Amino acid sequence: METLKQGEIKVVQDSQTSVTTVSASQTTATAVRGLETKNVHAWFGKHHVLSDVSLQFPERTVTGLIGPSGCGKSTFIRLLNRMHEFIPSAAMAGQVLQDGQDIYAPDVDAAAIRLKIGMVFQKPNPFPAMNIRENVLSGIKLAHLQVADHDAIVESCLTRAGLWKEVKDRLTATGGSLSGGQQQRLCIARSLAVEPSVLLMDEPCSALDPGSTLRIEETIKELAEKIAVVIVTHNMQQAARVSDFCAFFLTDGGPGYLVEADATKKLFTNPSDTRTADYVQGKFG
Amino acid sequence: MSVVPSVEATPEPRELSVIYNRADRIFRRIVTSGALTSLILLGLIGTFLFVRSAQIFNDRGLRFITGSNWTAGSGDGVILDDFSIGPMLTGTILVSVIALIIAMPLAIGGALYIEFYAASRLRKLLSTLLDLAAAIPSLIFGLWGVVLFTSFGERWSILLNSRFGWVPFIKVQAEVFGRSPFVAGCVLASLITPIITSVSREVFSRTPRDLIDTCYALGSTRWGAIRTVVLPFGRSGVIGGAMLGLGRALGETVAVYLLLNIVFRYNFRILESEGGNIASLIALKFGEATEYELKALVAAGFVLFLLTLVVNMFAATIVEKSTRRK
Amino acid sequence: MSTVVVEPQSQPLAPQPTTPWKPTRKTQFAGAFSIAVVAIAAFAIVLLTGLAGIDGFGLTFLVVFLGATFVRTKRLNPKVRKDAMVGVAICAAAVLAFFPWMSIFVSVVVKGAKGLQPNFFIENMQLTTPDDELNMGGAAHAIVGSIMMVAIAAVITLPLGILSGVYLTEIRGRLTFLVRFVVQSMSGVPSIVAGLFIYTTFVNYTNSFSGLAGSLALAVLMLPTVARTAEEVMKLVPDDLRSASYALGARQWRTSLMVILPTVRSGLTTAGILGIARVIGETAPLLLTSLSNNSYVFNPMGGPIGSLPTYVFGLLQIGTENSINRAWTGSLVLMLLVLVLFLTARYFGGKDNR
Repeated sequence: METLKQGEIKVVQDSQTSVTTVSASQTTATAVRGLETKNVHAWFGKHHVLSDVSLQFPERTVTGLIGPSGCGKSTFIRLLNRMHEFIPSAAMAGQVLQDGQDIYAPDVDAAAIRLKIGMVFQKPNPFPAMNIRENVLSGIKLAHLQVADHDAIVESCLTRAGLWKEVKDRLTATGGSLSGGQQQRLCIARSLAVEPSVLLMDEPCSALDPGSTLRIEETIKELAEKIAVVIVTHNMQQAARVSDFCAFFLTDGGPGYLVEADATKKLFTNPSDTRTADYVQGKFG
Repeated sequence: MSVVPSVEATPEPRELSVIYNRADRIFRRIVTSGALTSLILLGLIGTFLFVRSAQIFNDRGLRFITGSNWTAGSGDGVILDDFSIGPMLTGTILVSVIALIIAMPLAIGGALYIEFYAASRLRKLLSTLLDLAAAIPSLIFGLWGVVLFTSFGERWSILLNSRFGWVPFIKVQAEVFGRSPFVAGCVLASLITPIITSVSREVFSRTPRDLIDTCYALGSTRWGAIRTVVLPFGRSGVIGGAMLGLGRALGETVAVYLLLNIVFRYNFRILESEGGNIASLIALKFGEATEYELKALVAAGFVLFLLTLVVNMFAATIVEKSTRRK
Repeated sequence: MSTVVVEPQSQPLAPQPTTPWKPTRKTQFAGAFSIAVVAIAAFAIVLLTGLAGIDGFGLTFLVVFLGATFVRTKRLNPKVRKDAMVGVAICAAAVLAFFPWMSIFVSVVVKGAKGLQPNFFIENMQLTTPDDELNMGGAAHAIVGSIMMVAIAAVITLPLGILSGVYLTEIRGRLTFLVRFVVQSMSGVPSIVAGLFIYTTFVNYTNSFSGLAGSLALAVLMLPTVARTAEEVMKLVPDDLRSASYALGARQWRTSLMVILPTVRSGLTTAGILGIARVIGETAPLLLTSLSNNSYVFNPMGGPIGSLPTYVFGLLQIGTENSINRAWTGSLVLMLLVLVLFLTARYFGGKDNR
């Protein structure tokens, strides 16, 4: 059983049963497999937008980040794969640990981090100048990775993304010939090709119809059998359907902060904080 | 009382007509006359050029374009009028192509630098300066070329000739460097680079941000993102800019006039000190031209106009295709 | 065991924003130091091999820098090495692309400042030869001539161009395609051809070169630019605005004059200013229509007239030291005029997007 730092909350899911045990401990943590943030803050210039977030994202789990808009969920998720720094006035504090290593350490190769921590964006955006097959392989080409069998990778990634059956006869068609939901699954396949251990998803279904949304949620559950998934969503029902754990963010007009993080079932049926209860019951947001 | 819905076929659309009141009619008349005047004036120019040239083309046919003499007749039948623009036409194209070949990589590199490599304050400053540079009159480029650039041009020509003099279009017959299509091409390249850079930079800045972010999210480097997303996206815009620059180079008068010796001989050796283009031919010959020679000059101008027209139309269709696609 | 809710803890020391991805002072210093080393190495090579001038140094610097980059990235991922080398190449291309016009800006100011004395703006060249010292003579006649010709061209072109723009966007009558096509085609007329057209018609007919002929040639060049920019600016007005006006029962002329045109007022001003900036430096058409002159001419039909471009062009052809200096000064004044027009257009162009 992993040990924790004082004051930290840790949710552990026993893989045999579905009982969750929660513990707080006095001793320091040992290296955790998966992603972890410790006291992470974010600024845009002098504007403090995210305050003191400590969360863990263990392997083979789906974590939902919920909360009203403007709470810094998107900013937080971009801190996890070092995309936050592309904004000119961005600044941060705290640690983001991937398998125990701080990804913001001075000699870390950010591009290599992004191979391990992938991201799918809100609006489906396959590369317009490439066909379906080239899109899936684009990450491999961009990273100059040596891969023996391109066809095998294309098939395996598209299958994991739930798209193989629909496009296997038209791999040379352009990405634009697909529907919105199919395009988003293509983007998921593209992210999978470089074999990340974590997949970050920033409201991946908000631009899609309900049918495509459900299919992508199925895909997410299948993906979680091998990797960790972190999904930002405004849709509470989606969070309830798809995630194992949820983290509820809130803002009082100042920086966004973490209110409560717990197993999804518990958060939605018997949350510890009244604000969480109000939010999941739809009283605001 | 229930209403039975009728099962007739959908009715024909009604014819609508608009009646304008007096004020509107006056307004429309004024505006239409304004547009009509522009149409007539500009159309008149095209028609005029065509009609005046028709006689020359009638007399000389294709020889006007292929021949290589420009001799004014002596009027008494001893020496006959013999006007052809051949070397000037090839000279126009030669100098402009040299300019475009030099300008394109520099312009694309410059545009990429401003958009993706420069810090944000430097980017704003360079964009403004670049737009100003595109407005510099070509006369000043000519002045700069003659006074400041010629020594560099000479030195490079000598170097090129000594290393690559065995290449057919680089070797020279007369070892005089300094007023060659190459030097004129370099100065023209400096002239057209700002406008191509400006257009390219604008296209690159409109690349969708999330496509670039996706590249980085896949672990790409900056050049990887540029190569995969920015360049394909901006391709048609850059070509449109190139055509704009080419059009400007084709019609350039003063810079070529000052930097090239106009010689009526077909010359494809870029380091040789002879050449010319149609625009500088007109500037040179108009002063003492006979009436017939003047018609020949108009015909030459018409050919040049057609050339730039084709290039501009090509640019416009490419730009329109790209904006329609997005 | 009970669940504990994490609340934002009041920390004794508030966390400070950091940017761990930016290069540290140490790395920046190392970078600057290595550039200095490369520069010294390049300089040494230039001295040894005898490559001349600033272009020789630039080329050597680039080659040495590329080599150093290649060596430095030896152990890294091939994509990182490619990225670094391409980065150097792009910076080099940018330097080459920007150098000519930066050099022009600097030269025009440095070399033209010498002649920028009061007499330049007051006197003309009637009594001085181009080779005289710079405190004699001036270009007042040229400045006056340029302003006069451009003003006449603007008076002709701006109303016609704006009316064409209004026609194309508001009225959209049967001539629309034709007008647009002709305007588009004519914007590519080479400036010398415009001059030739006026020469063979107007100059021939009136049997003299004149300022008016020059204005007409400039108008031929300005009209397509003004019409196209006017149309583009008016196309930007959202249809909602027109719909709102018509829905209130306004007639077309009221809608155009009182709703649309005021909205695009700054845009149209920009169109006019861009048209003027385009023709103020044109030399070729003036060589065929207004020629040049050494003294003041205030009558547009009073024979050949001086203008800044022909003034500079003539001096350039003479080629002595003093005449070239005058040419630089004339160019400086021309550039200053373009700069003023450019800044004015920027100022007005921004006002529409409030």
